[in-house]
Formats: sequence, structure tokens, C-alpha cells
Amino acid sequence: MSDFVNGFWSVYVALLTLVSVVGCGVFLWVQSKAKATAASSGEVKTMGHVWDGDLAEYNNPLPRWWSWLFYITVVFALGYLAAYPGLGSYQGAFKWSSLGQYEGEMQQAEAQYAPIFARFQSQDIKAVAADPEAKKMGERLFLTYCAQCHGSDARGAKGFPNLTDKDWLWGGEPEQIKTSILEGRQGVMPPHAQLGAEPVKDLAHYVRSLSPGKLAHDSARAARGKEAFATVGCAGCHGPDAKGMAAVGAPNLTDSVWLYGSSEATVIETIGKGRSNKMPAHKEFLGEAKSHLLAAYVYGLSQGGTEKQ
Amino acid sequence: MDNPSTYNYKVVRQFAVMTVVWGIVGMLVGVIIAAQLVWPELNLAEWLGYGRLRPLHTNAVIFAFGGCALFATSYYVVQRTCHTALFSPGLAAFTFWGWQLVIVLAAVTLPLGITTSKEYAELEWPIDILITLVWVAYAVVFFGTIMKRKVPHIYVANWFYGGFILTVALLHLVNSCAIPVTLTKSYSCYAGVQDAMVQWWYGHNAVGFFLTAGFLGMMYYFVPKQAGRPVYSYRLSVVHFWALIFTYMWAGPHHLHYTALPDWTQSVGMIFSLVLLAPSWGGMINGIMTMSGAWHKLRDDPILKFLITSLSFYGMSTFEGPMMSIKTVNALSHYTDWTVGHVHSGALGWVAFISIGSIYYLIPRLFGKEQMYSIKLMTAHFWIATIGVVLYIASMWIAGVMQGLMWRATNPDGTLTYAFVESVKATYPYWAIRFLGGLMFLTGMLLMAWNIWKTVAGAKAYDAPVLAPAGQHA
Repeated sequence: MSDFVNGFWSVYVALLTLVSVVGCGVFLWVQSKAKATAASSGEVKTMGHVWDGDLAEYNNPLPRWWSWLFYITVVFALGYLAAYPGLGSYQGAFKWSSLGQYEGEMQQAEAQYAPIFARFQSQDIKAVAADPEAKKMGERLFLTYCAQCHGSDARGAKGFPNLTDKDWLWGGEPEQIKTSILEGRQGVMPPHAQLGAEPVKDLAHYVRSLSPGKLAHDSARAARGKEAFATVGCAGCHGPDAKGMAAVGAPNLTDSVWLYGSSEATVIETIGKGRSNKMPAHKEFLGEAKSHLLAAYVYGLSQGGTEKQ
Repeated sequence: MDNPSTYNYKVVRQFAVMTVVWGIVGMLVGVIIAAQLVWPELNLAEWLGYGRLRPLHTNAVIFAFGGCALFATSYYVVQRTCHTALFSPGLAAFTFWGWQLVIVLAAVTLPLGITTSKEYAELEWPIDILITLVWVAYAVVFFGTIMKRKVPHIYVANWFYGGFILTVALLHLVNSCAIPVTLTKSYSCYAGVQDAMVQWWYGHNAVGFFLTAGFLGMMYYFVPKQAGRPVYSYRLSVVHFWALIFTYMWAGPHHLHYTALPDWTQSVGMIFSLVLLAPSWGGMINGIMTMSGAWHKLRDDPILKFLITSLSFYGMSTFEGPMMSIKTVNALSHYTDWTVGHVHSGALGWVAFISIGSIYYLIPRLFGKEQMYSIKLMTAHFWIATIGVVLYIASMWIAGVMQGLMWRATNPDGTLTYAFVESVKATYPYWAIRFLGGLMFLTGMLLMAWNIWKTVAGAKAYDAPVLAPAGQHA
């Protein structure tokens, strides 16, 4: 087995283990033969040594039940080593391994549960989203695999998008959601500190002015920012109208949704330092069928059919 | 203090008093983090957050409270049972001030987030070096005193203290091996699963030697002394001493069941954990049987109450430990609050109880008093602490088994029945009970501090004359 660089170490560790287990039993046996003075035989004598005025020791024999307990654990240990892997690369009589157990359980689960998920896989995502049973299964999958980042209520957190609204970075059509789950997404906002502190601040004021209700901004700065927006490259991803571009995951800057926050300082940080955001791929981990179900559940959330608010 | 005709009680006094001080500090931090689990809004600042305070709690309780108790009692016991004053009072004083410096540095660096992230070995490399120096000095003082003993035989308590001192030196040196990058940052010498294995070889033996062998040394002196009875069986002490220190060394891998650690290593860790059951119980039997003929003393002697109850908790947690090391049981118990409960039945029920009993024994003797200021307060301390431990352990058992069952429950479609956060929600009531149990234990410690203050106030430091060895049978 690959646990050992060569066969010697396997034999070495196996021998060491065996000698140690057997040695415990032999040690106990030898010691239990040693002379002891039973407490039951009238006047009990101590060992004859006295420390610190009055500290002394009797020499009662080892309690029999205790010795048996000790022997039983030693015998059990030897039996366990015969049955299970424990002596170097010896596999044990039962040929058990933790990997084998894992693979066996996974196979069994696949055989048992795959048909349940396969039933939904053949249906259209919108149809699955309307199915109450699928919704319950999807919710359980979501709470196990997605809630860590997107939250139990799917409303996200700083840097993690809210899945219950109509705002989508990579598109909210059923197939787009499924692709996001299967393949993952990598969103990159490049840093723009090289423009200089003042132009970055101008851009921040412009971006804040785009939001509905117009967040507080200096209109002179916003005007300069608007010019820069078109010329320094922002429009390349966010579009000339700043409404975003799902193909590259560039957010719409004219709505009230802010992935990282809308304060002036945060927007300046986003523009200056850039942002890098990753949704991990789940294809290999969850498989096609569960991802299909999850896509339907998430799609359903955005359609206002949420149970959780 | 260098008077060769009296024992060196000064360093014992210093460590004994600091045992109580650090006990209160460490347990207070424990109560705070227990409260943070119930009321998360108590995570007030990053350096007061659960993640920073938890290692502070474990280090303060194990190494500050437990460590000072071990220093105090071992220095007292080794002098009294060797019939000679401590070897090198200067080095002994260095161990006191050096150890206090280690504790203060820990209390500063851990909340600042300076950590190696190795459990129970979080302190960074400069502090590790200081620990090494203090520990070498400790070994020199202890074994130096053994060398100049006036009696031919070495008393059994000293075997356990000696084994604890030597092994902890080995564990600390191997596990703390690291490559420094800056004054406050280092990288472990080991990588991946080897690092995990070295860490748990250390971690479990920290339990086995720091928290068990050392405190068994305490047991072997204070139980027979307070009971006024000879130790039950010399033979049993020989067998369980060697079997204990031999088998503990193998048990670490049970902390890494169902991980990347090879299967054979996990099995070896498990079987030696089971073999460890009888040697552990040997200490409990020897302590409890020493009481035979003196059980009536238990009724009105709170010190004996503490000592004997500590042995009961010791027996219970050393039964529970081997059971939890069985892979099938561990699959349920691992990562749950059951582990936390198990640790505290050992740390509060065994380690703290036997330390409290021993310190109550020591304080009057170190200050030339007949007895503690209030026996009633000691008894109150005993009952408050006992109820506290029971609340703590029982709530964590229930919480742990519940968490284990919730985490593995599945629906007919194979999905998990409970999201993780649901198990968190279900645990709240038990965390509240645990908080209450911890608070009671801390209250007991405050009673102890008050009682000691009243005993010591106005009293003079007292150094007993060195006792001539009794007429020895050769």
C-alpha cells in the first residue's frame, strides 16, 4: 500500500504494534505473579517505607476484575488487528477500508436516490419550479449546499448575490441559472487605481448618481465621472448606458442593488481595487440531476414564489 | 528561603495563590465564550470574539490554572517526600516568574490573533522557547531534589510528576518545531496529515501527561494524607503507572478517525485507547480504595469530598474516552458538543476538583494556620461546583448526541433532513444550561478566593522545618 515508502516500514510498524499489545498482557501477567499481601488476612502490613511522617503503602493484590478487564481489552485489540487494517499494510480478514466503505455507501445511495432525481431531470425547469414536491427537495438541497454563502433565506450577503430578486449578474433565465450552478462563474472587476484618486472619486459619484433616487453626490464630480465612464473602459463591460452585461457578469449600475455596498467609500474601493468573485462549479460534485432541481428552485425564488421571506 | 533546615515553601505559596487567580481568569473567559454561543451579539470586538477567546480559555485553564497547580503541588510533594529542601531555589524562582511571563504573553498574543493555530499549542515560537527554558529549569529543580533525597525509595507521587515533566518536554519540543518567518509568525515543520498526526500525538498526550499523570501525582500524595490511610496497593501503582505512560503514547490517532490519516494508523490509535481503560482505572481504584476504613471522614471533610469526587469523574471520563475512540461511536460523537462535554468532565470534574482539594490542603499549611477560614464555605464551594459540572456535562451529552443524530438524518430522497443551522438552533437551550453550569463553577472559585483571602490576611508566610526521615526498614 502507498502508506509506506517500502515494505520494510510496514513490517516494522506491524511488529512494533503487535509486540506492544502483547507486551501489555505479558507485563500484567508477570506483575500479577509478584508477591502481594492480601488485605483480607487479618493485620495488614505496609511495605515498610514511610515518607513525610505518615505516608505508607499497602501491597494489596491487583483486583481480579480489574485484571480481567485489562486482559479482555488486550484480547479485543488482537482480534481487531486480525479483522481490520492495523498491522502495517495487512488489510485485515474483513478487507474493510474507509475508502471502500465510502464508495459502497455512495453506490448504494446512487442506486436508491438517482431515480427520484431523474424523474425531474427530464422535465422543463419552469415546470419543475412549479412542482411543490420538487420545490421541497430543492429547498433541502439549497440549505445543504448553497446556504453557506447565499444565506438560509437566499438573500445573500456582502459579495454574495441575493437570489430572491429580479436582478441577475449572469442572467435569470432557467438555463442560465443552471449553467451558473453547473459550471460556476468567475466575476472580475479590474482595479482602476492607476487612474488616480480624483478620477476614481469622480466615477464613484457618477455611479452613485445613477441609482434610483440618486444617492448623494457632487454633480460636478458626477459630470466628470460620466465623461470618464465612457472613455476609460467602464462602458466596455457595464455598457454605455451602465445597465450591465450578463455575458461577462457585469452588474447593472442603474438599479438599487449593490453587491458590495453603496457607500461612497465602498464604491471608491470597488473601483480602485477591483473585485474578484467566484461561484464554484457543482457539476462534478452534485451532478446534472440535482443541479437541474436546484436551478428550478432558485428560478422559483426569483419568480416571487418564495415561501421564505 | 535558602535556609536548608526548612522546606522552600515560598515558591509553593506563589504557585498556589496564582493557581486560584488564573483559575478564576481562565474560567471567566470560559463563561464569556459560553455566553457568546447563547448571545452571539456579545462578540464585541475582533479581539474579544469567540475565535480569539477560545484558545485563551483553553490555554489559561490548562497551562495557567492546571500548570500552576502542578508546579505548586509537585514542589511541595517532592520536598516533603524526599525530606529535603528544593534543589536550586534560584531556578525554582525562575520557573515561577518565567511561567507567569509565559501566561501573560499568552493573554496578550492570543486575543491579538497571534497564533500557530495548533490546538493547545497556539503560542508562537518565541513563547515556545521561553516555555522550553522554564521547563528545563523545572526538570532540574525537580530531579535535583529527587537526587538529594534523604530516603532510599522514591514515593509513587514523584514517579507520576517525573513522568509528566519528562514527557511534556518531549511533546512540546517535537510538536512546536516550526520555521520562524517573523517574530510573531512561523510555519510548522510538518505538512498535511503528518502535521495533523504530530498535533494529535501532542494533543492527546497533553491530556495524558499534563492533565492526567501530573494530577495522579497530586492524587497519590493528597488522598492518603487527607484520609490518613496508606495507599491501597503498591503493586497496582507499579502496573498502572507503566501501563498508563506506555499506552497513552499510542492513542492520539483517535482524534483523526475518518480523515486522510491511513486506516491502519486510526486502528492502532483506537485499540490502544481501549487498552488504556484498565491502566486509567488503576489510578482511580488505588485512590478510592485508599479510603477504605476512612469513609466516615468524607461526611464532614470538604477536602476529601473534592478529592474523592475528582476520582469518580476521572473514572467516568476515562471510561467515556475509550468508548468515544471506537470508530463507530466516534462517527456519531466527533465534531459535536459531546466531545466538549467529555473534555470538561475531565477538566472540571477531575483536574479542577483535585487541584481545588489540594490547594485547600496547602493554603493553611503554607501560612502557618490550623485550617481554612471557613469550612462551611468550602463545603458550599463543593456543592455549587458539583452541580455546575453535572449541568455542564449532562447538557453537552444531550446536545452532542442530538447534533450527531441531526447531522446524519436523511430524507427519503437522500437529502439531509436538517440544515446545519437547524442543529445550531436546536442546541441553544443546552448552551444556556452549559453557561449556567460554568457560571456556577466560576462562582465556586470566587468563594474559594474569598475564603483564601480571609485565611491568609494577616497571616505570616510559614516555612516548615525539614522533617527527619522516619526509621527506615532498609
